[in-house]
Amino acid sequence: MSKRPYLKFDQIGKSFTRGAASTEVLRDINLTIDEGQYVSIIGHSGCGKSTLLNIVAGLTPVTTGAVLLEDKEVNSPGPERAVVFQNHSLLPWLTVYENVSLAVNKVFSGSKSRSERHDWIMHNLQLVHMVHAKDKRPAEISGGMKQRVGIARALAMEPKILLLDEPFGALDALTRAHLQDSVMDIHMKLGNTMIMITHDVDEAVLLSDRVVMMTNGPAATIGEVLDVKLSRPRRRLELVNNRTYTDARAAVLEFLYARHKAPSIAA
Amino acid sequence: MSLPLLSGDAPAPAAPRSPAAVIPLRSGKPMSQVLRSKALTIAGAVVPPLIVVILLLLVWELAFSRPGASLPTPIQVWRDAKDLIIDPFFINGSQDIGLGWRVLTSLQRVAFGFGLAAVVGVLVGAIIGQSVWAMRGLDPVFQVLRTVPPLAWLPISLAAFRDSSPSAIFVIFITSIWPIIINTAVGVRNIPQDYRNIAAVLRLNSLEFFWRIMVPSAAPYIFTGLRIGIGLSWLAIVAAEMLTGGVGIGFFIWDAWNSSRLSDIIVALVYIGVVGFLLDRLVAAIGSFVTRGVSAT
Repeated sequence: MSKRPYLKFDQIGKSFTRGAASTEVLRDINLTIDEGQYVSIIGHSGCGKSTLLNIVAGLTPVTTGAVLLEDKEVNSPGPERAVVFQNHSLLPWLTVYENVSLAVNKVFSGSKSRSERHDWIMHNLQLVHMVHAKDKRPAEISGGMKQRVGIARALAMEPKILLLDEPFGALDALTRAHLQDSVMDIHMKLGNTMIMITHDVDEAVLLSDRVVMMTNGPAATIGEVLDVKLSRPRRRLELVNNRTYTDARAAVLEFLYARHKAPSIAA
Repeated sequence: MSLPLLSGDAPAPAAPRSPAAVIPLRSGKPMSQVLRSKALTIAGAVVPPLIVVILLLLVWELAFSRPGASLPTPIQVWRDAKDLIIDPFFINGSQDIGLGWRVLTSLQRVAFGFGLAAVVGVLVGAIIGQSVWAMRGLDPVFQVLRTVPPLAWLPISLAAFRDSSPSAIFVIFITSIWPIIINTAVGVRNIPQDYRNIAAVLRLNSLEFFWRIMVPSAAPYIFTGLRIGIGLSWLAIVAAEMLTGGVGIGFFIWDAWNSSRLSDIIVALVYIGVVGFLLDRLVAAIGSFVTRGVSAT
């Protein structure tokens, strides 16, 4: 894995304007992310985390600055920056297989034959252990399974960067832990660059190489970046009493709850 | 892939369990019992409306049974129009044919007019739903036009087409298109942002977006529009045919009125009602088949 700046946020600022009123959501966001890194962005609700992710995805245009992926400016959405949405966003009228195939057939229509595409769909369903439900519709499977399919669909686009928008937010604690392990495993196997939005401190520290902590809005910016120097694979049980882990966790908690309390708590 | 942790929420036990729970229930019940419970369900649906119909016929019979009554009684209708009631598909001459044939002629016109309205309506509705400016420009115009009654279009379409058959079809078209356009537009406007985001990330072009996202996502709304539309076209065809003539069921009523065959008119009304009901159910059934899974998110 090379260590050149792979993804670069250069002075990103974002304001939303409605009529005469303008709200500055993000200001002066600067960050470089190396290829293969797992980066979490954490902050209180309303700090603009999701806006930042949408900017990287190309779904929201920047007001100032730019996102550079391999020195090229990102200004529209594309499959090389696949998104796993918070609420899975599977198309309910398609089966699990068809949801993934919609992505695969679009992205690889020119480069893979029909049977290669089928194999690739099955390979990705295999990766998230969802082959058994490939002919089910999203309404017939559990929330955790839907999110797995969402991840499979994103991975199947063979993205340079996988963007995860609070991917485990809507899940119960046990399902969430299983899915976190799945994502860590996939990250180990494929070495994707991943950016995850979260508001869960444990999740951020457990999964990430770096935790990016955002200050509160309006005009939120990056307050601190914490390197989590834990070797992989990480096992949650072994980490409970690990010094590096508990220190990292304490540092994030300290940032979020002592220095940058949520506005409602501070008031 | 062998890590047991990863199988997470895989419903391994659920898959074999569901058939095992269902099959013994079915085979365990004797056939007669199944038939009996089915018969009870059907009876529950059929008997109450049957009683109401019999009561209505009875009231009607009593109300018009005195000599010199203005309308025939049900028994009188049966005596006068027995051939029409019993055999919908007889042919005794060019104008003396069963009501089934007349209904089919009318249905053919409806199929043309409504089919055209469905295609154009969904396309125009999709454009209006997608574009704020198209909506601002077209919506007020449509809101005015949709209140124009079907028959008010007839003279102008007769003038334009100079023939009764295309005029009737045009009246169907123009009557049924508005609810289709308006409902499709609402459905398209209500496509969740998530689906649009997926389309954006995958870079679907507008044709792919139309077929893969827009139509399935807006399908419940589209079918609501189609259902209202088919009802309106059936209303319009009868009125239009009364004026344009020809073979349809509408003209039959007009013809029967002119020759004072009141019993025939009453039979024709029942035909129209039943066919309208069946059309509505047909579109609803297609709708619930096509949109299965969409509403159950």
